[in-house]
Amino acid sequence: MSTREHILAAVRTALQDAPAVPDIPRTYRQDGNLNAEERIDVLVDRLEDYKAGVTVVDEAAIPATIQGLLAGARSYVVPAGLDPAWLAWETEPSRVKYDGGGHGARSVTELDATDAVVTSSAVTVAESGTIILDGSPDQGRRAISLIPDHHICVVHSRDITQILPEALRRLDGTRPLTMISGPSATSDIELERVEGVHGPRRLDVIITKQSGKLPAS
Amino acid sequence: MSRTALGMPGLRPGSGNLFAEEKFPSAARRELGNSQLRRNLKHATSTIRTKRLNVTGELPDWEELRDAGSALKTSVMARLPELLEAFEANVTARGGTVHWARDADEANRIIHELVKAEGVDEVVKVKSMATQEIGMNEYLEEHGIAAYETDLAELIVQLDHDKPSHILVPAIHKNRTEVRDIFLKEMPGVDPHLTDEPRRLAMAARAHLRAKFLTAKVAISGANFGIADSGTLSVVESEGNGRMCLTLPETLITVMGIEKLLPTFSDLEVFLQLLPRSSTGERMNPYTSLWTGVTEGDGPSTFHVILLDNGRTNALADEMGRSALHCIRCSACINVCPVYERTGGHAYGSTYPGPIGAILSPLMTGVEAEENGSLPYASSLCGACYDACPVKINIPDILVHLRGKDVDAHRGGLPSQLDVGLKAASWALSDGRRLGAVEKLLPLGRAAAGKDKKIKKLPGIAAGWTQSRDIPAPPSQSFRDWWAKEHKES
Repeated sequence: MSTREHILAAVRTALQDAPAVPDIPRTYRQDGNLNAEERIDVLVDRLEDYKAGVTVVDEAAIPATIQGLLAGARSYVVPAGLDPAWLAWETEPSRVKYDGGGHGARSVTELDATDAVVTSSAVTVAESGTIILDGSPDQGRRAISLIPDHHICVVHSRDITQILPEALRRLDGTRPLTMISGPSATSDIELERVEGVHGPRRLDVIITKQSGKLPAS
Repeated sequence: MSRTALGMPGLRPGSGNLFAEEKFPSAARRELGNSQLRRNLKHATSTIRTKRLNVTGELPDWEELRDAGSALKTSVMARLPELLEAFEANVTARGGTVHWARDADEANRIIHELVKAEGVDEVVKVKSMATQEIGMNEYLEEHGIAAYETDLAELIVQLDHDKPSHILVPAIHKNRTEVRDIFLKEMPGVDPHLTDEPRRLAMAARAHLRAKFLTAKVAISGANFGIADSGTLSVVESEGNGRMCLTLPETLITVMGIEKLLPTFSDLEVFLQLLPRSSTGERMNPYTSLWTGVTEGDGPSTFHVILLDNGRTNALADEMGRSALHCIRCSACINVCPVYERTGGHAYGSTYPGPIGAILSPLMTGVEAEENGSLPYASSLCGACYDACPVKINIPDILVHLRGKDVDAHRGGLPSQLDVGLKAASWALSDGRRLGAVEKLLPLGRAAAGKDKKIKKLPGIAAGWTQSRDIPAPPSQSFRDWWAKEHKES
């Protein structure tokens, strides 16, 4: 008998009283009740609470906002699928390091020597201030949003849900997922929260207002 | 370590760091002598209690989430065989390799073989209770492999050659000055002018571990959740050390207890709300990673998961106690426990301290193993742990159940002092005349109390009572005597 068989047999032995499988009471909230503007307000509050930088802008202002946030960066990495219009202002192409697609993967050493990273995001939960990346081409592989010390992340208002159950329904759970709620932090010394340990120490979130009428929740 | 065979055939007790090697009362007595420890713990646990209440109070459906979490875990335990098989099939289909380990030793040997096969002599580690439980670091070290802890608190404990004392904040027993001193003494290349400001200490850890992250070929992690119907795994963390370990190395080895499964991805909507708010008292922890097998071009190209029993089936076989396996390792019960707050985690001996440890350790090893039978008594049964538990584990009931098992385990053989005492009490209290006769001895007690009317030391097992308190001298007259006299006179 293999170890596997031993363990499965032990589990069955332990359950020989055949315990009942209960129904799951899903009476907790499945959907939020805030409208799009309220969701943005809650998200901004949460992100500021986590000490992330937050800007709420019109879609058209994304490039200029990114430009401003990157002012001090000597170099930055972007996933190959990032909207090129967001970087149209760049006059020093040598600052930009594309990763993925036809550009290949940057080494960890190169990423470590890169000041910042710009990505989009898949879906964001307002109530907990949680931005979720799913490795889509405009977000890239996990390493690029991890190693550089400054993460600039764009969140579209159409991708903001109020609560977690709504967000998870929009995701494919088998993609590599990273949920980010503020810059890296630790509370390991006297349970005092300190922002900035191994992940990016600076997180800037650009939230876009949608032009036209905002959809209801 | 001694092991005692258990009732149900085919089940083996857990091994590794699951044992109280000394009876809880004597370990607690020693730890209580450390006033610095008590100050550190009081500060830390009261801070976290307030934070937890703030963030759980703001959710209108917190109680509904707890109900769902409890039912989901009950369902997982009842369906465990099919869920384990589904999980295994899905991990394999996505390019991962599944291993099974019955106890600590089997798990350690598998890990060692896997690391050896990669031809490396060092690995980076994400904080993991499972690897702590099996004593993996020590095993690998004996076999010439260095396992570097990357969580800040685990790093502090490792550098100090100490043991964790809390499941979430393993260095909770150290204050900032102590941490600074450890870094100055043990961290290679540290700035000699390091201050005890937590921010500076965190930066020192960042600098210390950066090169390790960027060059490590193999990482070892635990898992908070495993999703049966997709083979997805999840690690919940704060610092980014988890992301580093899960993303950068070529090979990832994950050790997961068999009870960590959830049926579907959408069940995370319950647990990813319950866990961070109950553990660090945050609305959400900074980073949560989810991965499924191997993804080309993103993360490790080789992935192994070790499914660990190590006494879990032993706990599962106990119908009253099996809900202890619902634990999601949040530590809320530990942070509200008045006993833990005073003794700290080391007094429990096992990797799992506090109220959950007092039931989980004896359930996994059997109540007869080492001194684990003393753990269920490490509680005043106040019930704060049950109120705080996000998956509603009825810890007080299980503590009482395990005390019963402990008493049963010691039946037979010569009667103990307690047996004799209780027999005598039963004899005396069952008959008024006998009680009256015994009460005639009260003046003897007064004489023993002496001038200050306090008895400071009782003999035999009763000495346990007078160890930390005096007994007032008995009255000169019993209530029954007084009553008889009063009624005669009127």
